[in-house]
Amino acid sequence: MNTLFEYILRIADDSLILGHRMSEWCGHGPILEEDIAMTNIALDLVGQATSLLEYAGKVENAGRDGDALAFLRYDREYKNLLLVEQPNVDFGMTMMRQFLFDAFRKPFFEKLQFSQDKQLAAIAEKSLKETKYHLKHSSEWVIRLGDGTEESKIRIQDSLDTLWRYTAELFFEDQVDEEMVKMGIAPNCAEIKVEWEKTVFAVLEEATLEIPTNNWKQIGGRNGMHSEHMGHILAELQYMQRAYPNMEW
Amino acid sequence: MVNETEIWDFLEEVSDPEIPVLSIVDLGVVRAVKIEDGHCFITITPTYSGCPAMKMIEEQIHEKLSEKGCDKVTVDLVLSPAWTTDWLSQSGRDKLREYGIAPPENEVDKSVLFAEPTVVPCPRCSSRNTKMVSQFGSTACKAHYTCVDCLEPFDYFKCLK
Repeated sequence: MNTLFEYILRIADDSLILGHRMSEWCGHGPILEEDIAMTNIALDLVGQATSLLEYAGKVENAGRDGDALAFLRYDREYKNLLLVEQPNVDFGMTMMRQFLFDAFRKPFFEKLQFSQDKQLAAIAEKSLKETKYHLKHSSEWVIRLGDGTEESKIRIQDSLDTLWRYTAELFFEDQVDEEMVKMGIAPNCAEIKVEWEKTVFAVLEEATLEIPTNNWKQIGGRNGMHSEHMGHILAELQYMQRAYPNMEW
Repeated sequence: MVNETEIWDFLEEVSDPEIPVLSIVDLGVVRAVKIEDGHCFITITPTYSGCPAMKMIEEQIHEKLSEKGCDKVTVDLVLSPAWTTDWLSQSGRDKLREYGIAPPENEVDKSVLFAEPTVVPCPRCSSRNTKMVSQFGSTACKAHYTCVDCLEPFDYFKCLK
């Protein structure tokens, strides 16, 4: 197994799948400004995925480019977190999912920009600036909805309760990560977890939300074991390339 | 035989597809120009990772230079050092303001969380009594503001550092 290739896929697929989920809001946002905001975030994420998957293709050196990796893998070959593939459901669920992810991505990119791998460092340096804007946006909505109306509070608390089980996977580590950390390519997950908790607890407190006490956690995405939603995402994401192989527009 | 200074001048004639009032040189997207054995190498960097204009900018560079008689041109895309609004030229900032887009204020929101949005003067009446409508505007690089005094809705070219 090419460990670096595997590691890059994990980062790339998080961006790709969450970017795709966000893009599903295009034309459906609750207000025009929010429709634009969500598609802007989707665009940043898909842009990050493009840089990462193109680089993964070079590292793999098996003739697959970024497009081939994005559009022609099967579900088990995608290595994204279970969190990012969860359905949008409603605006609150979408913002909570984004917030839990952004709070992780910011410290992750802050550290990855000093990676020994120069290309990953460059992508992290670029993506970090965008991620700060995403985190600001998602955290403000979590606060507004949590400390908002009775209805918005019920819904956003429900979103937190539903998504909480997928947060342990943010800090998932196996031999791939261990090897990458040893080589100075990947940041240490334990340090990122401290930062994540600091952000998440501060925002949830401000939002007057309760941290779920259920500590049961679900993992699997990093090894390609996805929830039932993944196949549905790929059906839409890959439709054009599967129906019309090699088509361009 | 053209030299590098002339190439920079030619690139001044290539405008950003989304903000046509700016040239790609004003915008700071062109990072380097180098000529080796009659072959011209141009390095560009995206403003945002998903900037959909990059492909078009690359094509426009080829088109412009070919029109000026340079046919051997390679355009490379680099991500590091990452683009920052500090690279926006003074003339670029003036052109933006005249065009109705507020240029970046020289500060990024200090802390990501719980920070007040940056004060952005209205490009129409210069009032500082403006408010942010949305952090995300018509393109990835802009936020959406409105002037409380003259009621002008305007784009703000947001600071990226």
